[in-house]
Amino acid sequence: MSTRSIVPFGPQHPVLPEPIHLDLVIEDEKIVEAIPSIGFVHRGLESLVNKREFTEYVYVAERICGICSFLHGASYCDAVERVMQIELPGRAKYLRTIWAEMSRIHSHLLWLGLLADAFGFESLFMQAWRIREKVLDMLEASTGGRCIFSVNCVGGVLKDMDASMLKGFVQELDKMEIQVRAMEKTFLSDATVNNRLRGVGILTKQQAHELGATGPFMRASGINRDTRKLGYYAYGDLEFEPIISNDCDSYARCEVRIREIYQSFDLIRQAVAKIPDGDIAVPVKGNPDGESFVRVEQPRGEAVYYLKADGTKFIDRFRVRTPTFANIPAMLETLKGCDYADVPIMVLTIDPCISCTER
Amino acid sequence: MTDGEIKVVTPDTLLGEAMKIHDQGWRLVQICARALKDGAGNEITYSFGDDLIMAHLRLTLPCEEHVTSISHIFQTAYFYENEMHDLFGVQVDMMTVDFKGNFYKIGAETPFKK
Repeated sequence: MSTRSIVPFGPQHPVLPEPIHLDLVIEDEKIVEAIPSIGFVHRGLESLVNKREFTEYVYVAERICGICSFLHGASYCDAVERVMQIELPGRAKYLRTIWAEMSRIHSHLLWLGLLADAFGFESLFMQAWRIREKVLDMLEASTGGRCIFSVNCVGGVLKDMDASMLKGFVQELDKMEIQVRAMEKTFLSDATVNNRLRGVGILTKQQAHELGATGPFMRASGINRDTRKLGYYAYGDLEFEPIISNDCDSYARCEVRIREIYQSFDLIRQAVAKIPDGDIAVPVKGNPDGESFVRVEQPRGEAVYYLKADGTKFIDRFRVRTPTFANIPAMLETLKGCDYADVPIMVLTIDPCISCTER
Repeated sequence: MTDGEIKVVTPDTLLGEAMKIHDQGWRLVQICARALKDGAGNEITYSFGDDLIMAHLRLTLPCEEHVTSISHIFQTAYFYENEMHDLFGVQVDMMTVDFKGNFYKIGAETPFKK
C-alpha cells in the first residue's frame, strides 16, 4: 500500500487569482481526498445592509464581485422591488437582460482565457481576452464602467441605450461571433487541449444533483436546468433552451460555456429586436416591509438572494448564496481519484469566484 | 413575496421533514440564518429545489438551543451549517464535517449575531 501524503494547494497558486486552500490527500499521484478551507478574505458585505439605506446598498451589492457585479446589483434591486411590489417598466427589464448577457459573455471569455493559461496555451489565452475586450468596450460605452458599472437602481435602471448604440452593438457582436467560432476550433478540436480536458474531472448527473452543483458545471453533467427559464427580466419573452452536455468532464464544461457565449449573442439580438420604448425607471416611495427570494442565472450558475425588510430604510437581512459556494462540494467530489497534475484544471472548471464566496 | 412555500418546523420535526423532501428527489439549495432582534435567537430557512420549483422549511431557534445537522440527509448541508455557526453562532450538532469555528478565518466571533 502506498503512503498517503497531504499536499497543500493554495491559498496562493498560479491558477487562483483569489485565495482558497485545499489539503490534498494523495496516494502516489492520485488524489484520495480534498479538504477545503475558505474564509481567508471574508468581507461581511451582507451585514453592511444594516448600515446603508436600502437605496444605497445597491452599490455595495455590486461590489460583491467584479465579474458578476451587474447581476448582484440587479438581483438586490429585484429583491427590494418584489418586496415593495414595484413593476419595472418593460424597457428597464430588457436593458437589464442585455447587460446581464454582456456580463455572461465577458465572464465566459475570461474563464476560457484562464483555462488556456492553466494548461499552458498562452496564445489561446490572449485570443480569448482580446475578444473579451470588445464586450468590455461595449459596457464602457453604454454605462461608463467596464466591470462595475452601477446602472441599477431600485425601480429600474439609471442609463438607457439609444437605437443607434444598440444597432452598433449587434453589429459588433456579429464580428465577435466570427472570432469566437475561430477560437472555438482550438478549444474543442486541438489534440493538446483535448488531452488535458477529455475524461478529466468526471461529475455524473446523479452526483451533480446530490451535491447541489449549479450553472455550466451542472449542465455539463446533463442536467437541463437554467434559472433564466423562470422568465425574470425579459427572459420570458425570449426564445432559448438550456445548453447541456452529457459528457460530464472538463471538456464538456468548456464546450457548454462556449455554446453559452453564442446563446448570449442570440439573446442580445432578440432583446434588441424586441426592446420597447418608454421609461427606464419608476419612482420609489416608502420603505420595504416583507421578505423575498430571488434566483438568477449568473455566468457561474444559479445565485439565490434572500431579503428581509422591516419597514425601515435599513434592510434587516440580505443573504447571497453564490454559485461558487454551491459548486465547491461537487468540485471536491470530482477531485477524488484524479491525477495530482489535473487539480488546477479541475478547480478552474467550476469557474471559481472566491470574491463572491467571501461576500 | 416569497419564491415557494415556507413550512414552519421545530427542531424535533426538522429531520423528518428534510428526509421527506430528500426522498422526493429534491436538492438542497441553501440554508440561511437571520438573527432575531434583541438576541432572541436565529431564524433558519432551509431552501430546497426540484427543477425550478423551490420550497422552504423555517425554524426559529432560541440562542441556547442546538439544532441537529441535516448533512446526513443532504451531503452539502455542512457547508451552510458551518457558515451559520461561524457568523451567527448557531450551534449545530452532528455535522458530517465540522470545522469547529474555523470555516471562516475572521477576527470577530459570530459577527452577524445581534
